[in-house]
Amino acid sequence: MSELLQFLVSGITVGAIYAAIALGFTLIYNASGVVNFAQGEFVVIGGMTAAALIGAGVPVWIAAPLAVIAGMLVGVLLYRLAIKPAREAPLVSLIIITIGASIFLRGAMQAVFDKQIHRYDGFSGDAPLRVGGATILPQSLWIVGGSIAVFAFLAWFLNRTRAGRGIKATASNRMAAALVGINTGRAMNLSFALSAAIGALAGVLATPVTFTSYDVGVLMALKGFSATMLGGVGSPLGALAGGLLIGLIEALTAGYISSDYKDASAFIVILLVLFLRPQGLFGARITERV
Amino acid sequence: MSLDIDGIGIAFGGIKAVDDVSFTARPGEVTSIIGPNGAGKTTLFNLVSGVYRASAGRVRIDGQDVTGLPGHALARRGMARTFQNLQVFPQMSALDNVMTGCHMQEKSNLLADLLGLASAHRETARSRDAAMAALQRAGLAELAHRPASEMSYGQLKRLEIARALVTGCTILLLDEPAAGCNAVETREVDDLIHAIAAEGKTVVLIEHDMRMVMRISSHIVVLDQGRKIAEGGPEEIRNNPHVIAAYLGAHGAAEAEAAAHV
Ligand SMILES: Nc1ncnc2c1ncn2[C@@H]1O[C@H](COP(=O)(O)OP(=O)(O)OP(=O)(O)O)[C@@H](O)[C@H]1O
Ligand SMILES: [Mg+2]
Repeated sequence: MSELLQFLVSGITVGAIYAAIALGFTLIYNASGVVNFAQGEFVVIGGMTAAALIGAGVPVWIAAPLAVIAGMLVGVLLYRLAIKPAREAPLVSLIIITIGASIFLRGAMQAVFDKQIHRYDGFSGDAPLRVGGATILPQSLWIVGGSIAVFAFLAWFLNRTRAGRGIKATASNRMAAALVGINTGRAMNLSFALSAAIGALAGVLATPVTFTSYDVGVLMALKGFSATMLGGVGSPLGALAGGLLIGLIEALTAGYISSDYKDASAFIVILLVLFLRPQGLFGARITERV
Repeated sequence: MSLDIDGIGIAFGGIKAVDDVSFTARPGEVTSIIGPNGAGKTTLFNLVSGVYRASAGRVRIDGQDVTGLPGHALARRGMARTFQNLQVFPQMSALDNVMTGCHMQEKSNLLADLLGLASAHRETARSRDAAMAALQRAGLAELAHRPASEMSYGQLKRLEIARALVTGCTILLLDEPAAGCNAVETREVDDLIHAIAAEGKTVVLIEHDMRMVMRISSHIVVLDQGRKIAEGGPEEIRNNPHVIAAYLGAHGAAEAEAAAHV
């Protein structure tokens, strides 16, 4: 029993990280239709920047926001330098550009930081809390709380703010959005900035538990993308649920079967879900008029 | 505000879809663009509203050159339009679709929204009221919470008009607003357009329904193969032999004649 509880705790912790990454995917997808494969690099930028600053003696409550801002700036640069000039290109080209950007960022990170594995202390220390026979790292609570906060923020932002509604309209029909006066370029810019900030935040929160190095972005992006597909592309609730579900499946498989199979079992579940519900768990099904 | 089109043109692969077209649309009037299929009417709208970049000519709003401005900048200068092939936000409800049109009227910035200021809430409430009123006007009030993807073609046409209206536009371009509407709905659209012009807006209308065109237009521009072949009042156009030959034909002329007497 306490064993199961322990697996659930670690599954939710990892799942919350995937969920945060998936929420970043969702935001950019919602604004532009682009699946941003550089999303994982923002997680690394967040983690590496925080690690470097903390290593240089900067207190964590200053280092963490700075790392998020660093991620956000790189997100804006990615949009300005790589996506915007090719805005009229087909979506597939834009998606390939994000893959290229992720390779570039990985190389840049190696040069700016190093190839070492990094971690820093949890925000509330590393002494585990004991709950019903399971141990919980205080940082896990930060991670789960952070993901839920990001989810709540996005759900509110996209529906209740002028800028958020502009992003939604831009995603749904860019031409119609422009012709009612929405600055679609600005909406895309904002979505890249926010999405990068969310990715960096995930990195900052996760690094004490998962560690980070310049090359973990690919795996992070893959997991976050899987969570997005599972939950339903474009749905914030789906991103949250998809992330947690994949984290739980991985943890349970690793715990009861073998950690060799944890990735495989997650992908089998995704395939099954997509066979039965191609739009994902929470995705809306729209039949295009022809 | 008056809309001046001066010698505008564009070619696709060597074919001049719109060629040296000029006219002026005045406030408080309905200016109609008519012509056979493929004459270049929709392309003309695309040039004027910044969807396509003109290869020749100028567009002016009240004398100010707006040629080549992006769509959102034109919207800020008071131009709104609807689309022949429908450009709605399918995932959103009718009300949310129309509320996007309020974007420019809303002043609150991201910071006010983020801080949850009361002013931001009031703004949203105001937009919702304005959108609801516009839906009412377009005869769609009962469908406010229906997703746009589930509405009929004729309803979506009117949804686009409602969305254009809440932008606070002074120039309204309507591309076949009555297509897909039944006779009763057509009459409603007809009255709605008439009322919009009567408010002092500049309305430019593309329409194949000759009864409607003859009834509500002050001024008619006839296009054929990208060129303007005639221009004038309904009476003049109805009796113009070039227009009858190129577009109205015997049947159309009779229909237009009938419209003049209802
Ligand atoms: N983007 C484009 N690329 C190539 N050709 C185009 C494009 N847009 C329009 N055309 C061509 O320009 C011509 C005019 O088309 P347009 O849609 O403006 O006609 P229309 O007068 O609106 O016709 P309808 O009454 O059928 O709506 C047509 O020959 C069309 O094929
Ligand atoms: Mg047309």
